[in-house]
Amino acid sequence: MAGMEQDIVLTSDAASLPLLGKVHEWVVTVDHKRLGLMYIGFGLVFFVVAGLQASTMRLQLAFPNAGIVSPQVFNRLLTMHGTAMVFLVGMPILTGFFNYLVPLMIGARDLAFPRLNAFGFWLWLFGSLLLYFSYVGAEGLYGAGSAPDVGWFAYAPLTERPFSRGNSTDYWVLSIFITSIGSIATAINLMTTAFCMRCDGMTVRKMPVLVWLAIVTSLMILVALPPLGAAQVMLLLDRFLGAHFFDTQAGGSALLWQHFFWIFGHPEVYILIIPGFAFASEIIPVFSRKVIFGYQVMVAASCAIGLISLGVWAHHMFTVGMTPAGNAFFATSTMLVGVPTGIKIFNWLGTLWGGKLRFKVPMLFCLGFLFQFLIAGLTGIHLAVAPFDWQLSDTYFVVAHFHYVLIGGLLFTVFAAIYYWFPKATGRMLGETLGKWHFWLFVIGFHVTFDTLHFAGLMGMPRRIYTYQPGRGLETLNLIASIGVIFQAAGVLCFVINVVRSLRSGELAGDDPWDAWTLEWSTSSPPPEYNFPTPPVVRSRRPLWDLKHPDDPDWLYE
Amino acid sequence: MSSAAPVASESAVEAPSRGRVAILGLILTESAFFSIFVAAYVFYIGKSLSGPLPQDVLEAPIFSSMCLLSSSLTIVFAVRALRAGRVQTFALWWLATLLLGIEFIIGTGMEWHRLIYQHGLTIRSNLFGTTYYSLVGLHATHVVVGLIALTLVLILSALGHLTPRHAERTEVLSWYWHFVDAVWVVVFLTVYVVGR
Repeated sequence: MAGMEQDIVLTSDAASLPLLGKVHEWVVTVDHKRLGLMYIGFGLVFFVVAGLQASTMRLQLAFPNAGIVSPQVFNRLLTMHGTAMVFLVGMPILTGFFNYLVPLMIGARDLAFPRLNAFGFWLWLFGSLLLYFSYVGAEGLYGAGSAPDVGWFAYAPLTERPFSRGNSTDYWVLSIFITSIGSIATAINLMTTAFCMRCDGMTVRKMPVLVWLAIVTSLMILVALPPLGAAQVMLLLDRFLGAHFFDTQAGGSALLWQHFFWIFGHPEVYILIIPGFAFASEIIPVFSRKVIFGYQVMVAASCAIGLISLGVWAHHMFTVGMTPAGNAFFATSTMLVGVPTGIKIFNWLGTLWGGKLRFKVPMLFCLGFLFQFLIAGLTGIHLAVAPFDWQLSDTYFVVAHFHYVLIGGLLFTVFAAIYYWFPKATGRMLGETLGKWHFWLFVIGFHVTFDTLHFAGLMGMPRRIYTYQPGRGLETLNLIASIGVIFQAAGVLCFVINVVRSLRSGELAGDDPWDAWTLEWSTSSPPPEYNFPTPPVVRSRRPLWDLKHPDDPDWLYE
Repeated sequence: MSSAAPVASESAVEAPSRGRVAILGLILTESAFFSIFVAAYVFYIGKSLSGPLPQDVLEAPIFSSMCLLSSSLTIVFAVRALRAGRVQTFALWWLATLLLGIEFIIGTGMEWHRLIYQHGLTIRSNLFGTTYYSLVGLHATHVVVGLIALTLVLILSALGHLTPRHAERTEVLSWYWHFVDAVWVVVFLTVYVVGR
């Protein structure tokens, strides 16, 4: 993956420059396509790093009383894995795709503020590097700690000065704060682009679903990320100036941190999954050879998910002892999210229904997403029932549930999106055979690991433990779950080989390899820096269909 | 794509200006940031374990609040003048805005000085000190950022670089300033009315 950027450079117009010149070109670029590719490329690098950290934890948990890592190292691993997967993998990859695709899909030359875009990217990258720099840089005055070890949720008061000495927690705060500023800058940029830069004829009702969902995601980023930043500022004030926000000794409330964190944390899950919906909504119609079923309802359901998800956060906190009214409210609102989500699932099924299905790799990943995301949603409804949650909160059932959302849901659509848009970005196809190996290995490994962990959770295995005793019925389940990691890793390896091989000698893609309908496929592959030689004009949601079928254009029926 | 269909210009609506959409996005995200600090302030009202307490030491800064709020009016006049091409009038109103903002920040500074040196209230004293200095300080930080931006524009205008072409940009900046004023209304009500 590190080779990805390198090879793309080779195929671009800068091929004649010496190596340093090429690197310089990428460092000073304000082009939304290059920044998008850098977001995705670095996101994938962090994906491998954080994935290796998860594999280490699974290795430790494969056998009872294993001593591969110490408890302290295990805490750092789980903190870094969680934090990195959310802020260093999920956020940049979705930002990268939106960066790359939104201007192309609406027929614009670039984002509204190209330099702000570059600023956001570099803030994100250096914030991310700062997080991993903590391994060497966080020794602190007392020689305590290295990487953060307080969990990605960083519950107070364990993050306060007396309990977290040294600077490891400060690295967590500052690096995430910096990447958040980058994300917010890019969200403003994307929203402005979608509102102000659409080409002639593209009314809001004719925008591709992906652009709609980019707007929803951006608005959610604008509303949901600042609460985390505010809480982090309070934590820094506590740690450095002796304030008492979360200091229980002086009357401060540890519960307040949980509220502030989850006011951010729950919408964040939707910020991550809505781009997954966006990819699926573009890919499923093309490989079903049908228009998307229920465009308006699809958009309305996404907006509803965005709105409702701002009012469900305390379902992460049923076990802290809220009032019955509080429990009832958050249980109900959480179940309510299931309604628009269900609508979306039915719409994707409706798109598939009666279509001429083509089982190419992007479609396979989207179908995997549909089934797995459905199960993830159903276990989510389980956990919304407060008494059930009292039983299973902080067990591996919860771990399995949200990995079903983020791997079975988001990661599968991200892989689908990479297979689908890789030809556009590089001009070369990804290999179909290796892609199918990737899909099947990954889908098998995923189910072996995470189906099993549901049962480990139901049997009472708590989260965040570094080991467990033999004789409690957990050995077999944990061993099976760890074996699944081997298949997942093999799948990812197929993917890496596929990318490297395709960049060198992949089959040439041409402009429109999937016979698709949105504007990005009307440019060359890779698109020129200016995107469109002449500003496009559209009359329907599928401008390329109109172009290919002048006898039966879409705009007659919309 | 130009060959796709007849031009659909009849449905084309004038796109909103990029600067205005972006500043609205910034205001939205800043509002979310402030609301968490306001929530923390309200949550901790009356929960301090020791003094000094707000009812004993706080005095509502009426004069500097009026200065800040009226600066919203002067900045509107300034933008209007620039749009009409009266660059001199613009500079005067803009300078008035700047001075009113500076008056406000001096008022905050004097209030903090009094609280710290007369009443011994610091950010580590109690929950009131913690929430008071962080909320008011967060707002003051935004005022300072606004003052720096206002000063830059004033310098550009003094150098003769400002023309009616820039009316929209100054208007976008004025929206930020209005936001800072509106936040002060919320902070004022929270700290000096509800919290006292």
